[in-house]
Amino acid sequence: MIKKNKKRINGTYFFITIVLFSYLILFLTNNTLFNKSLEQFFSIVKEITPLFIIVFVLMFVFNLFLTEKRVAKILGESAGAKGWLISIIGGILSMGPVYIWYPLLSDLQKKGMKNSFIVTFLYNRAIKLPLLPMMAYYFGVLFAVVLTSYMIIFSIINGLLVNKFLKYENSNSSKQ
Amino acid sequence: MAKIIKNSFLKTLNGFAKLIPVIISVILFISLIIAVVPKSFYSKIFTGNIALDSLTAGILGSISVGNPMVSYIIGGEILAERVNLIAITVFLLTWISVGVVGLPVEIKALGKRFAITRNILSFLTAFIIAGLTVLTISFL
Repeated sequence: MIKKNKKRINGTYFFITIVLFSYLILFLTNNTLFNKSLEQFFSIVKEITPLFIIVFVLMFVFNLFLTEKRVAKILGESAGAKGWLISIIGGILSMGPVYIWYPLLSDLQKKGMKNSFIVTFLYNRAIKLPLLPMMAYYFGVLFAVVLTSYMIIFSIINGLLVNKFLKYENSNSSKQ
Repeated sequence: MAKIIKNSFLKTLNGFAKLIPVIISVILFISLIIAVVPKSFYSKIFTGNIALDSLTAGILGSISVGNPMVSYIIGGEILAERVNLIAITVFLLTWISVGVVGLPVEIKALGKRFAITRNILSFLTAFIIAGLTVLTISFL
């Protein structure tokens, strides 16, 4: 267990080191690109900071009121159609880049949220209601409607499949 | 009650603090890619072969990052250059559902097996959805 955690921490720091090293190389070799990257970085940070605050508040409220028992009931293994509906609507309505939602999802996963629902939530994040008119402008209304419908259907299929694969792997690793 | 609120706050703060360094690194990485790779790069690498173009589109979409709006603009540009709609749909889908760049955060937050299985399945599903979408449109 300690070894596994150590491995995960090492992987994380390896990634962080690579990124920082890339910036160092860029700083030494191409100042214009370095500045452009940093400008982009601050622009993204500025854009997502309000969303981070919303997610933080949501997590705080969930931690305050959602017990593991309640999460398991609404979004756990035995949750039915309601669980799918919450994941689909939650995914469609969630804003901002996906990585700001990971802390909340990680928290809910620990409290018993079914992996299928996390997958469905993440897949439906691909459906951006405010951007649908733009998709229709470039590719046609019919394309936008058909693609969005298939995405919702496959978000559920993907959710079920990921759950099945993870359960299969778990049962295999516990047998070994 | 004050103790419960304090505990919940600390728990939330702790959950966030664990992921912040990776999230910042991913944002730094995304910024680097956006700054280094020009949008015109995307339209130059398609060959006209549907299977090959779809695979190229899938790989490109998976490693690309940024607002989905950018993927629509790029998709619209390469559609104008007569790249097949299936390949473009694969590109749009993998752009938003597969996250190779964000994988370190997903692994740290949700587990390695979950993240890898989800991304592989999303990659494969993109081809099925793209095929079905174009097929359905041609019938309607």
